[in-house]
Amino acid sequence: MVNLAVKIGDLEFKNPVSTASGCFGYGYEYEDFMDVNRLGAIFVKGTTGSNRDGNPYPRMAETPAGMLNSVGLQNKGVDYFISEIYPRIKEYESHIIVNVSGSTIEEYVEVSEKLNELDKIPAIELNISCPNVKEGGMVFGTHCPSAIEVTRSVRKAFTKTLIVKLSPNVTSIHEFAKAVEGAGADAISLINTLLGIAINSKTRKPVLSTVTGGLSGPAIKPVALRMVWQVYHSVKIPIVGMGGIMNATDAIEFILAGARAIQIGTANFIDPAVSIKVLEGIEDYCKENGFSDINDLVGALET
Amino acid sequence: MKKRVQDFTIINNRQVNSEYYVLELQSDIALAELKAGQFAELRIDGSSEVLLRRPISFYDVDYKNQTISLLIQEVGKGTRKLAEALPGDKLNMIYPLGNSFSYEGVNKALLIGGGVGVAPLLLLGKVLRNNNIEPTFLLGFRNKDYLVDIPSFEKHGNVLITTDDGSVGEKGTVLDHSIVESGLSGFDKIYTCGPQVMMRAVAKLAEDKRVDCEASLENTMACGFGACLCCVQQTIHGNLRVCVEGPVFNTNEIIW
Repeated sequence: MVNLAVKIGDLEFKNPVSTASGCFGYGYEYEDFMDVNRLGAIFVKGTTGSNRDGNPYPRMAETPAGMLNSVGLQNKGVDYFISEIYPRIKEYESHIIVNVSGSTIEEYVEVSEKLNELDKIPAIELNISCPNVKEGGMVFGTHCPSAIEVTRSVRKAFTKTLIVKLSPNVTSIHEFAKAVEGAGADAISLINTLLGIAINSKTRKPVLSTVTGGLSGPAIKPVALRMVWQVYHSVKIPIVGMGGIMNATDAIEFILAGARAIQIGTANFIDPAVSIKVLEGIEDYCKENGFSDINDLVGALET
Repeated sequence: MKKRVQDFTIINNRQVNSEYYVLELQSDIALAELKAGQFAELRIDGSSEVLLRRPISFYDVDYKNQTISLLIQEVGKGTRKLAEALPGDKLNMIYPLGNSFSYEGVNKALLIGGGVGVAPLLLLGKVLRNNNIEPTFLLGFRNKDYLVDIPSFEKHGNVLITTDDGSVGEKGTVLDHSIVESGLSGFDKIYTCGPQVMMRAVAKLAEDKRVDCEASLENTMACGFGACLCCVQQTIHGNLRVCVEGPVFNTNEIIW
């Protein structure tokens, strides 16, 4: 028997495998393909104070070993989430963790306060790293005093597990990790997408309507691993690692670098049942390599 | 219908012109029921340049022989790999995806297609014929060298053709065809799929003639089943996902 349970703050995940916000809808989009109840957690779509239409299309460009997106937080707002979506997903046996997004500190606080009232939402992921909205989002995640202020404010409004999702679009990510740890975060998730551009040389125009977008997929994995490793050696709180995980081997690499749990993002689009394969692959790895507890692998990178 | 991820075996790869080919895929198990207008997401292995699946609409289906046909235009890296597929190769698909054309109460339909957009209209024409609705195809191509598999369409209805240079059928675009000039009398439904500029003109025509019209839209997709929100179309109901609420939209709902 391998123990796969991990603790993210005070919250126990039955296993370290979860799905990344924006890549897994609300979970039910995947019910035809897999048993979503087997996941450690489902990080649902970024949720804001009110309805957002998102950005104009084109919103997506395939790039070598990756994709750029500029969806722009399209969602119907927190009240719609509470009345229409939450009742449909609250019985899942996986933790439902809402990704909280906003343009102002007041908006982040408002959404967090409302989610704090929901019994079956044990944690939120504070998204201070969305690269695709004009106001807020990444602005909070790339300016240290703002990251501290928004984390502190939400900490007061949300009494359960607070995970802060960091942007990779900074010079020293471990400084941001330390800052949000000091401001009251229970855990850190990283990385969000890397800012990029796709260009069509024939039309001499950008592919995306917003010119820039967020890069995800296997192309970003080495950068993500480096950042997880740096943050692991800078903070005491647990890390939820992500960035281009396509299979169990990738997931193990993140755990070795210091991630206590992992999120799968872009890979869900290509193989909608990939998260279950990653979960089974992690267990197999532990058995084959003589580890009885996944926690023994966290940060076990030998340097 | 429950969506599936399934391996198929390619049993035929038939080139129909210099850019287009028809892939025929066989399933080992009974096919999921598919509707005209729906599509599949195809996995193309073997290149880091092609990470995501490719959405391709259904061209034809044969439940008895458990085969699905796809009309594919070679446009980029992904479709180029598909063009090289050989009988015996495996192809993994997620299907069936998206909504479908509606035809309740329709008596006489005009199916207007351009380029690779003719693909979903073949299956639609077959379904209409099976439901005692008379389909007329109006198909536009660049020239005689780019005609697509016309005999397959002729099995299900009358086929009218336009080419840009007049080398086959009438000269001009589908909108220039004499059937349009003559007022479309008798038609109570128009379906269209093709380049956006064509569909938009068809939508305008339908509005002018007060004929109900549905268009099958194309968009860049990452997942194809509603999770990523990359493929939205602006509509009177807000930004809707082409992969779930579409690809078929009534043209009076589309904000072009």
